[in-house]
Amino acid sequence: MKIDIVLAGVGGQGILSIATILGAAALRENLYLKQAEVHGMSQRGGDVQSNLRISSEPIASDLIPLGGADLVVSLEPMEALRYIPYLSPKGWIVTNTAPFVNIDNYPDMESVMGELEAQGNVVAFNMDEMAKEVASPRSSNMVLLGAAAPFIEMESSKIEDGIKTVFGAKGAAIVESNIKAYRAGREYTEKLLAERKG
Amino acid sequence: MKTKRLLLGDEALALGALNAGLSGAYAYPGTPSTEILEFVQANPLTAERGIHSHWSSNEKTAVEEALGMSFCGKRAIVSMKHVGMNVAADCFVNSGMTGANGGLLVIAADDPSMHSSQNEQDSRFYADFAFIPALEPSNQQEAYDMARYGLELSEKYAIPVMVRLVTRLSHSRAVVEVDEQAEPQNELHYPASPRQWVLMPGISKKRYPVLIEDYEKLRDEAEKSPFNSYTDAPDHSLGIVVTGLAANYLAEIFPKGCPFPVVKISQYPLPTKMISRLFDECDEVMVIEEGQPLVERQLRGLLDRHGRVYGKLSGEVVRTGELTPDNVRAAIVKVKGDHEALMPQTVKGESQIVQPRPPALCQGCGHRDVYGALNDALAKFENPKVFGDIGCYTLGFLSPFNAIDTVVDMGASITMAKGAADAGQHPAVAIIGDSTFTHSGMTGLLDAINEDSPILVIISDNLTTGMTGGQDSQGTGKIEDICIGLGAAPEHVRTIDALPKNHDDLVALFTEELDHKGLSVVVARRECIQTARRHASAKNKK
Repeated sequence: MKIDIVLAGVGGQGILSIATILGAAALRENLYLKQAEVHGMSQRGGDVQSNLRISSEPIASDLIPLGGADLVVSLEPMEALRYIPYLSPKGWIVTNTAPFVNIDNYPDMESVMGELEAQGNVVAFNMDEMAKEVASPRSSNMVLLGAAAPFIEMESSKIEDGIKTVFGAKGAAIVESNIKAYRAGREYTEKLLAERKG
Repeated sequence: MKTKRLLLGDEALALGALNAGLSGAYAYPGTPSTEILEFVQANPLTAERGIHSHWSSNEKTAVEEALGMSFCGKRAIVSMKHVGMNVAADCFVNSGMTGANGGLLVIAADDPSMHSSQNEQDSRFYADFAFIPALEPSNQQEAYDMARYGLELSEKYAIPVMVRLVTRLSHSRAVVEVDEQAEPQNELHYPASPRQWVLMPGISKKRYPVLIEDYEKLRDEAEKSPFNSYTDAPDHSLGIVVTGLAANYLAEIFPKGCPFPVVKISQYPLPTKMISRLFDECDEVMVIEEGQPLVERQLRGLLDRHGRVYGKLSGEVVRTGELTPDNVRAAIVKVKGDHEALMPQTVKGESQIVQPRPPALCQGCGHRDVYGALNDALAKFENPKVFGDIGCYTLGFLSPFNAIDTVVDMGASITMAKGAADAGQHPAVAIIGDSTFTHSGMTGLLDAINEDSPILVIISDNLTTGMTGGQDSQGTGKIEDICIGLGAAPEHVRTIDALPKNHDDLVALFTEELDHKGLSVVVARRECIQTARRHASAKNKK
């Protein structure tokens, strides 16, 4: 297997936890992994991204080439659009549609949604709402991980093990809440894909 | 026994050093190098063996402390970001002259693309003119392996060794095979040639030719280094020299192997024979290196009469910013066209509605209150000038504050404000954080105190080194005492809490001290919101 993922969001939203969970799962599966992250000045409320590459073969570059990403996975809709040039022609965008507006010139939501839908292969829904409904407002990132999971050739139980590893120290209740959020996101995408097939 | 771990480049290097019998790690925080010392601090072996891992006041003190440990025969590492090398340079360059005793790695993490820095300087130049060998890992495994290799090389040639990292390796994770057991630490022992450590002219004059001679021996080491390689390929119309990460990008764009011979460099001084063979066997040569064109300049020479070299200076390879698979590909395409061995690529156009999202000061950050009040206090002046410094508060330059006029290097706020006041500027205000103040602000303050310069120095004290993620700040609890101890008039060293409810008091205090015809220090204090949150949640856990 080989998958290249651009993870995107705004500093502080929690995209790195997604990378950490998939990393823990990949390590347990004896897969190769490279994950480039952003630290330092760029984290303070600015746009952040991480390149995550998982493969059964050795990986050369820490960075995904333009047109090479199988997935753009974003916690914020405009941030998803930022990485369109990295998306491969057959790639998918999986994104939260709840905007994070901390700039004056944030584009109007209609055109953001319009551009997203124009991409064709898109899973986009309000993950903040789903997180609030099924788990807690802080677990939008686990909804996102779940929504992206059907595109990643890894057993769902291994990803859930990754969630347990990463949140284990915070107690059983937090683990359970994050797994709930993950499963809800996963179901959403599975249903959508089944509908598209049907 | 080996085991697999998922590690950042920074962490892989740190763990490699720990497993190679490290006795001390020294550093001042700086992106992208910070995680090296943080990893050492968090590793159980550190407590078990009593390995030194406290933050230093600045990069110069850090290198000197590490050199002192090396003098006593123990293995040490010292890490910093590239601009930290400028601060450390006095000791670093002279450490080539003294040499090392216990293995000593000087780790410089460069930041091409300036993700979190003010320039793109390339630390390899320092190693080059100090006659100090350098290692440049191209992946996380090499970073791990090079720690032991570098410490051994350092002891074998009794010389410090530089390890040059770049952001994309420092902050990228990969699976690394690591040892399960750590080697024993060195016993205390002293240098074989102790006189060499006293750099008086008479001694240095004898040492310098030896240093130059040793550098040629180190070149032979580079020829047979496991990290340098010559990989032949059928098409000799072009030969490629890659350094560090460039090797990976070349492998990425040629998935079935590069059709041209490749010399991969990860150990300096440059292996002349290996490169000479490439020139002999290939019609033309391309140099792809991360950072500034160090290798390319050497290969071209000043007059560049042969016209056989492609690279940054001739424009095929990007001159600024970090390398990527895409700009390495573009460089190849410029010379060889759309080569059939290149990975096929289709790229969609950029979205036209995406807006930049610059970083900003956190909500609840005391720097916000300082800038808000300072702007109000300065409103009555026609031409106030505010000299800024390096840290989160550099963001005060951006909207909505637009509050600072200069940012140059660590500590320059105070000294530039003083120079401006010397020129007749009023008001001249310096704004500096607590960690930057103890890093390089104290000596400048002494200059200003000695001349009672009419400047206002604001120390915006958030009790931490904030920008790099909240490391201990060396002046915490001592800031006012330091200023008064240096000789500042106690009645003009004022302290206030930087809180929204104190806005009017802050404005009044700044106004009073701006009107004072001599040196004033205002310490505006409020714990960093990020570390405050962390401390609160740690408390709740208990």
